[in-house]
Amino acid sequence: MAGTSIMETLFQRDLDDLIKGIRQQQIKESLFISKAIEEIRREIKSTDLPTKSAALRKLSYLSSLHGADMSFAAFHAVEVMSSPQFFYKKIGYHAVTQSFNDDTPVILLITNQLRKDLNSSNQFEVSLALECLSRIGNVDLARDLTPEVFTLLSSSKVFIKKKAIAVVLRVFEKYPDAVRVCFKRLVENLESSEPVILSAVVGVFCELCLKDPRSYLPLAPEFYKILVDSKNNWLLIKVLKIFAKLATLEPRLAKRVVEPICEFMRRTEAKSLLFECIRTVLSSLSEYESAVKLAVVKVREFLVDDDPNLKYLGLQALSIIAPKHLWAVLENKDFVIKSLSDGDYNIKLESLRLLMSMVSESNVAEISRVLINYALKSDPEFCNQILGSILSTCCRNLYEVIVDFDWYASLLGEMVRIPHCQKGEEIEHQIIDIAMRVKDVRPALVHVCRNLLIDPALLGNPFLHRILSAAAWVSGEYVEFSRNPFELMEALLQPRTNLLLPSIRAVYVQSVFKVLIFCVHSYLLHKENISSVNTDNLASEVPESVFARMSCENSDLATSEAPASSEQHDSFNPRNINQSFGDLSIENGGDATVSNSQASTSASLGRNSFTQESIVNLFNIVELALGPLSRSHDVEIQERARNVLGFTDLIKQEILNPVVQGEENLARAETEASRVVKLMCDAFSEELGPVSTSAQDRVPVPDGLLLKENLADLETICGDIQLPLSSSFSLSSTPLGEAVDISRTNLQSKDETEPSHESTSLLAEHRKRHGLYYLASEKSEVASNDYPPANDPMSQDKLNDDAEDLLKLTEQSLAPKKKPNQAKPRPVVLKLDGDEISVAAKKPELKDDLLSGVVQDVLLGNDGVPSSSRSNRSENLSGKSKGKEKLNTDLSLETKENVPGEKMPDHVNTSSRRSKHRSHGKERRQKGQGKDGEEKEDNGQKKKRKSNHHRGKHKAHQRADEPSNVVAQTPVIPDFLL
Amino acid sequence: MIHFVLLISRQGKVRLTKWYSPYTQKERSKVIRELSGVILTRGPKLCNFVEWRGYKVVYKRYASLYFCMCVDQEDNELEILEIIHHYVEILDRYFGSVCELDLIFNFHKAYYILDEILIAGELQESSKKTVARLIAAQDSLVETAKEQASSISNIIAQATK
Repeated sequence: MAGTSIMETLFQRDLDDLIKGIRQQQIKESLFISKAIEEIRREIKSTDLPTKSAALRKLSYLSSLHGADMSFAAFHAVEVMSSPQFFYKKIGYHAVTQSFNDDTPVILLITNQLRKDLNSSNQFEVSLALECLSRIGNVDLARDLTPEVFTLLSSSKVFIKKKAIAVVLRVFEKYPDAVRVCFKRLVENLESSEPVILSAVVGVFCELCLKDPRSYLPLAPEFYKILVDSKNNWLLIKVLKIFAKLATLEPRLAKRVVEPICEFMRRTEAKSLLFECIRTVLSSLSEYESAVKLAVVKVREFLVDDDPNLKYLGLQALSIIAPKHLWAVLENKDFVIKSLSDGDYNIKLESLRLLMSMVSESNVAEISRVLINYALKSDPEFCNQILGSILSTCCRNLYEVIVDFDWYASLLGEMVRIPHCQKGEEIEHQIIDIAMRVKDVRPALVHVCRNLLIDPALLGNPFLHRILSAAAWVSGEYVEFSRNPFELMEALLQPRTNLLLPSIRAVYVQSVFKVLIFCVHSYLLHKENISSVNTDNLASEVPESVFARMSCENSDLATSEAPASSEQHDSFNPRNINQSFGDLSIENGGDATVSNSQASTSASLGRNSFTQESIVNLFNIVELALGPLSRSHDVEIQERARNVLGFTDLIKQEILNPVVQGEENLARAETEASRVVKLMCDAFSEELGPVSTSAQDRVPVPDGLLLKENLADLETICGDIQLPLSSSFSLSSTPLGEAVDISRTNLQSKDETEPSHESTSLLAEHRKRHGLYYLASEKSEVASNDYPPANDPMSQDKLNDDAEDLLKLTEQSLAPKKKPNQAKPRPVVLKLDGDEISVAAKKPELKDDLLSGVVQDVLLGNDGVPSSSRSNRSENLSGKSKGKEKLNTDLSLETKENVPGEKMPDHVNTSSRRSKHRSHGKERRQKGQGKDGEEKEDNGQKKKRKSNHHRGKHKAHQRADEPSNVVAQTPVIPDFLL
Repeated sequence: MIHFVLLISRQGKVRLTKWYSPYTQKERSKVIRELSGVILTRGPKLCNFVEWRGYKVVYKRYASLYFCMCVDQEDNELEILEIIHHYVEILDRYFGSVCELDLIFNFHKAYYILDEILIAGELQESSKKTVARLIAAQDSLVETAKEQASSISNIIAQATK
């Protein structure tokens, strides 16, 4: 045994050898490392401490730099750590600190070792233990070692004390009850004369304040003193951070600190301190005009600086202030816009954010236009960043900045055509969203979608497939707005659609079905109408009239669409009422829909060329394209394709035959077909609305439906579902339809629907008169061809022009906002209950609650009954610290008294809510926070008595100490809250 | 607070890692991969801050080494740059114009120095002199222990145990 040990010691590779070895290995580093680890595994089991520790050292090197797993050595690390020799101890501690986490089982073994080292007389051993605790401390360690840390807090060695203070943060976090023990000593250190100690304490409070500032409000006087007295920039930055949090809670505190902070801003040389001052003013003291102005001046200095760091931070500071003082951003807008073409991606990003904060109703269109031009020229990543921020800004609060949705639809279409566009998901979502929410945009949107679908090039870009899916859906769902359904059909069935994913292809097939139904239905109606007017002239007249109408189709489009949509609107109210009254007489509802849609389609129908040939042609295309799909491996596609083919089979016969049979049979034969078509058409014209997330809850449970019953007769229900659609049930009788309708009736109150009528007709008017100014489809297509390729050096010249454009535009938002010309009112955007964006702040976590609860306890002087026996340590407090505690009590009372009455209930509520998490000291604290000053004093007395009682034997001592301390210390505390 | 400190060479080799927040070994490797990808590709004369997963990474290049520290959103970037500089200055003073090789072969020393500058993710000592003094004291402590351990008599004692 001894022999092998010597051999190992002599021939073991030490860390230097290992490092050299790794460096010499030109290839297969991983192989070398795994071999080394094998070696280490063997060596680390050695009983010889030097061998073991050398192995451990190598392992921690490999773990730290090469990601090797060292969990197997946990126990060995503990062994090395417990060596009495500092050299080995250090290696052991290093390994433990680096590799242990809460799940390491042997962590249980180190409690005693840590305790021993914390009590060591060698300050470096104490330091090792503290360092270790600060890193791996878990609940158990924190609880068990609290007494030791408490002792070290009053160590005479600065070296130890500062580390102990830093460790307290970790201990508090893991074991909130430690606050009862350690907090007073921690607070005492706020008056330390040693800058290192002060720095450590303030660091701890800074972290604590970030989590729950309110609890530390009573300590404001101490912090203020540091703010005024200290010359140390490290310290001042931390104190400023604390005040940034506290000032938002207590307005008078803000008033008090604003002057010193401005003073720092004026005279400091250190940029870090200056920036912290700026940030504090902009984030927390934004009501103080002069301070903000000064800060903005300093921000400007940052912006014009050559240092990219300062530029970046300047932009960041502007984005802090943007929501409250937009003028600050506008004042510096030239820099913001210039930064958009900066070489640094981070700076570009920041300036993009700022630019988006300037967007308003009046300039959204122009800013978007310029940004899209920027996007075309930038690299893919920034391009998508731009698109993303345009999309998210525009859809904010249900498209609040968008007035002209037709424009927005065309903008979406344009985004798709940007070569780098990868925002498929967002655009898909928005296309569907606005189609459902905004009735008036549908014609324009259908047109945009048609342009997307018709372009075979787009099918080649997988990022755009989801958008195409949305486009296909919109085109199918709102096919009645399509100018040329035949063209649409061809687009949907073009050969390149085989590049699409099956799921998207399925959407295409379904849209084909919808378009087909629409065409056939229109054709039949058309025929009926004409035959009822003049049966004899039918054959000769149709082609002529169609030809004539085709030519004027475009110009008349607006008129044809508007009535259609308004009539649809009519149809949807009575139906809703029927539904909401629970009147299930579907006959009526169905009839109403049929007649209405009849009217609406016939209005637009006249302009479309639904001739016999075209319909036959349509059937042929569909059969040709979908035929192969009926054998698709994807069930969704297969099923849908078969549905369509089944339908064509059914209808085609009846539509084609009459030609052969002659006109006599025509009417009779077609009734069958038209009945089927009508029903299908009804099914599809049932409008899908956006569904609120809570819609399901609002569906009343029908009588006789027992939801809790077991599902034995599921069989029969399933049978019902499989009923063919040709039964006279309209879709609205399904639960989903009902839910949608109900939510719609709830939301669209009568007064809301009235203006929407107006708006549709106004829109129609406007389109008619200014059709020229609407973004035409061809334009965007042409433009896309003109786009210069991304990163074209030529386009750099244009960048400057764009920057100027932007400058001009953003100026507009400076000018007092005029009501935009209400030639076209903003269309109704359907809102749902579920849409309310919940921005309610997340409640602090339980742990923080616990911590702040305890902190408040201690700070407010409540001598809560300690929850664990360890808190008895507080009895060991020296007389001095007790006097201090009293002081705190008084101080906090004073602070409380000055808090305005309105604020108090809030405070009490929060603390009482917190107290629910705790099982102790509850009532007493609530009492202690009473509003009334008198009551408080009374309470204070009581507390004193209580604490005296509690501490029994220290009574006399404390009494003697108390008055002198209070008297002596009170003047020191600046009474600035008064 | 500082969540972790990374030293990465220009070639992407890791020279030092120190974690003040809990990360598993897997997460650590991922973080290093991600960040070295982001930071090493950034050109000179760009700003020294990178936004990353809701945190901010402040980095600075000294010769062939990138010093990176990950901090919270609220932290002061310029202050962190100063801390990095502080650390570099102390290393420089300790090794006498420090170079990458010093850190490679005195891996543990770099750690011990860092441990005297930062604790629990906070700056603990802003005086270079104090840190130098503390490190020297510990070094001598280690040396005596080492001498004892490697003395001939000790080896003989072990062997004949």
